[in-house]
Amino acid sequence: MPDLYASLIAHHSSLSAYLGAAVVALPAALVAVLGVASLAGRPLSERATARATSAATGFALLAAVGTFVLMLAADSRHVVIGFGEWVHIGHGDDEPHYHFAVKFVFDRLSVPFVALSLVLCGTIGAFAHRYMHREPGYNRFFVLYAFFTAGMVTTALAGTIETLFLGWELVGLSSALLVGFFHDRPAPVRNALRVWVVYRVSDAALLLAAVVLHHLSGEGDLDRLTGYHEGVDSEAWPFGRCPLTEVQALLVGALLLVAAAGKSALVPFSGWLPRAMEGPTPSSAVFYGALSVHLGAYLLLRTGPVFDASLVLSAAVVALGLTTAAYAALVGRVQTDIKSALSFASLTQVGLIVAEIGLGWRYIPLVHLLGHACLRTLQFVRAPSVIRDHHGIENALGGRAARTAGGGRLRARLYRFALERGHLDALLDRFVADPFVRLFRACTALEKRWTDAIAGRAPRPAAPASEPAEKFKQPA
Amino acid sequence: MTLLHLPWAEICVALPLVGAAVVGLVRDPVVAGRWTLGFSATAFACSFLPWLALADGVPGGAFFAVDGLSAPFLSLVALLHMLVVLATPRVKLNRMSLGGHLMAEGFRLGTFAAAPGAPGLLVLFLVLGTLPPFFELRGRDLPTRVYTVHMGLFVALLAAGWLAVGVGLPGTGSVLLLLAVLVRSGAVPAHLWIADLFENATFGTALLFVAPLAGVYTALRLALPIAPEWALQWIGAVSLATAVYAAAMATVQSDARRFFSYLFLSHASLVLIGLELHTVISLTGALFLWASVAISLGGLGITLRAVEARHGRLRLDGYGGLYDESPTLAVGFLLTGLGSVGFPGTLGFVAAELLVDGAIEANPLVGVGLAVAAGLNGIAIVRAYLALFTGARHASPVPMGITPRERFAVLTLAAILLGGGLVPQPGVTSFRSAAGAVLQSRGGDAPPAHGHAHTRGGE
Repeated sequence: MPDLYASLIAHHSSLSAYLGAAVVALPAALVAVLGVASLAGRPLSERATARATSAATGFALLAAVGTFVLMLAADSRHVVIGFGEWVHIGHGDDEPHYHFAVKFVFDRLSVPFVALSLVLCGTIGAFAHRYMHREPGYNRFFVLYAFFTAGMVTTALAGTIETLFLGWELVGLSSALLVGFFHDRPAPVRNALRVWVVYRVSDAALLLAAVVLHHLSGEGDLDRLTGYHEGVDSEAWPFGRCPLTEVQALLVGALLLVAAAGKSALVPFSGWLPRAMEGPTPSSAVFYGALSVHLGAYLLLRTGPVFDASLVLSAAVVALGLTTAAYAALVGRVQTDIKSALSFASLTQVGLIVAEIGLGWRYIPLVHLLGHACLRTLQFVRAPSVIRDHHGIENALGGRAARTAGGGRLRARLYRFALERGHLDALLDRFVADPFVRLFRACTALEKRWTDAIAGRAPRPAAPASEPAEKFKQPA
Repeated sequence: MTLLHLPWAEICVALPLVGAAVVGLVRDPVVAGRWTLGFSATAFACSFLPWLALADGVPGGAFFAVDGLSAPFLSLVALLHMLVVLATPRVKLNRMSLGGHLMAEGFRLGTFAAAPGAPGLLVLFLVLGTLPPFFELRGRDLPTRVYTVHMGLFVALLAAGWLAVGVGLPGTGSVLLLLAVLVRSGAVPAHLWIADLFENATFGTALLFVAPLAGVYTALRLALPIAPEWALQWIGAVSLATAVYAAAMATVQSDARRFFSYLFLSHASLVLIGLELHTVISLTGALFLWASVAISLGGLGITLRAVEARHGRLRLDGYGGLYDESPTLAVGFLLTGLGSVGFPGTLGFVAAELLVDGAIEANPLVGVGLAVAAGLNGIAIVRAYLALFTGARHASPVPMGITPRERFAVLTLAAILLGGGLVPQPGVTSFRSAAGAVLQSRGGDAPPAHGHAHTRGGE
């Protein structure tokens, strides 16, 4: 045994590199296998899909655990798996040069999160294999599932903000398409578009953060952003210090906060979360209840030193987290369907996690996040059975369970506020979406009139009012 | 003398023109379609040979020759023409002017094969290239005035600019040429002709007229080498405004063709922004984005055209429910559409990264504009996808799935998009060298020095 241990220590860096590469490559391979087969018009059978899914997530999890064991054995807190330069232009300092390095980092934050992602994705993959059995969109579900898993793993392990963005976008697209999974009904489709719009706002904020960061520091390396220098374990997560000034940190951090708010459904973007429940139960469970909704919090944890560098920013994070928690706790109390109630319960905890991050804590929000994700997945997966059990109880009782009623004017107002979900969607529609749509529809009408005038023909009639934007406003 | 010493650039241009004459003699549309495909495919195959000859150091001709900039786009243009013919359904062959298609292909290949030292020939082909859509519109008794006014303006500005440069007025000439570029690329307010062309011409004609981004090529060849700094900055500002405006317009359109035209407009403007910045990084990004846009929007256009061939004009104010009829068309639509906005894993991702990187060095506000435009374009594409392919299942009494030819066309472009996105370095190296040559043509104008390395990630 001592020989094996010594051998492990001696070769831990190369072993870590192989195992780390496997963690990233296996979900990507799953995407390739399922995606190419579908594009070629020869999707895999249900059984083959399930086996490929189990194998990819299972072996990726084993590789992640193996990397973790090696890190513990070698007492290393920060392992970098470099895939080299994906793109490079120029080399020397005397000419403009550009390097895009693909780099993944295993540390005390990414290892638990990637393990959580793989455990939950693997579990839900096995669950969905049965839940979606003979469903017409079985293959579509698993292709999107593969994209989601690959996106989560990439985001969790990303060592640069651009790599993180890559995973972030994959998660966003697969999530939005899964919300619209039952696409023969209009409501899921409308909700999918709304989710996608919020995600695009979030993506744009993250891209801008990357742009600003690059402009300020000349690179997008998250290690540099969090003040880690190679080989200095005392600077590894969570101990890094941001090299940016307070004003610079405020700017980058504000953009990161908007990105996180969109992805984690923080106020004022909370409206998309209950709408996302239109998707199949397995996707609701893993994507919105457990993983994707925590991605914003994960981003804040990963870039924590930026928030530590600005008191204003930290205060904003705490305020946003607590506001979201209070809002979700209130609104969640009046939900009449189980998935919406669970989604707001999820949001309450996410708000608290974000507030904890704003207070400068690191391990507490991480543990909170891990525990909450597991609990919520279980609840989401159990949701259909709970409804069935509840019906059984009511049948046995011979009527509905007693509910409390009454209360003063304040209670009535709060009830209405909660029932309307805080009017958040209505406010966004009224002050953002509607003016935007009206303005550009007016421009379209103007352009058509202008074109008709040049062409010397009679003006065309105005467009009918029943355009999708009107339909998107209908409640979920 | 080897095979590569043959005048392949000339042959490549002549083939479609000869084909146009041959096809004109064939009465049966199906047979004519086969001949058209044959000539297009042969031109596509030949388009690689000038490239090979260039790599082998074989000198080009005085009138037709390719360089590092034009060689890849010559093949790309030939590929798009071939795939459009390939994906044309048999029932539409009698509506499509096959001779006109080949003639237009010849003019476009002539544009990209004209030797860098023969700007007059380039101008001639650019002017000739505007004629086929006009004759198609007139032949179908459709309104031509909007197209004629704009293309007339383009031709006038192009000719005036070229003449001004010829008589020793490079400053005035370059400004006139840049204005011509703006009209040809559809910059606001000279953009109405693009939506009008898509609304009136056949989809294939409109697509092939805009997808190669001849305006961008004009700017690179004729204007960029001599344009003053302030003029480039103005072009950049107008292009940025057009990119954001067109992206926003694309999100609210209720007609699929108008949606596509604004999407194209936004992307063409994004490429022009990269040219305006004229640094090695941004120019490499712009050239890469140009290739990405031509491929992805070409693929998106072919997909839309295939759907349109089955269902007529497509509206985006309802839900078509077409997914179950042909999932491959739906996936192709999404893949090519998202590829155009730089979705990770596609050719456009690296292009957008390079462009943004170059932009923020010049002006962070340009980077903000690029991010906003990309965000809006992404929303527009998914909205259009949902409007076309989701909704109550469309019941059709006949099979409406993708045909093998359409599948080949869409998957070929998708494969290039994904392959180039996953292994981008060869393309980047090639465009880096072309960008360097373009910047050198600005009188050895060294790119602005940068204080630090452009590093995406660790080194």
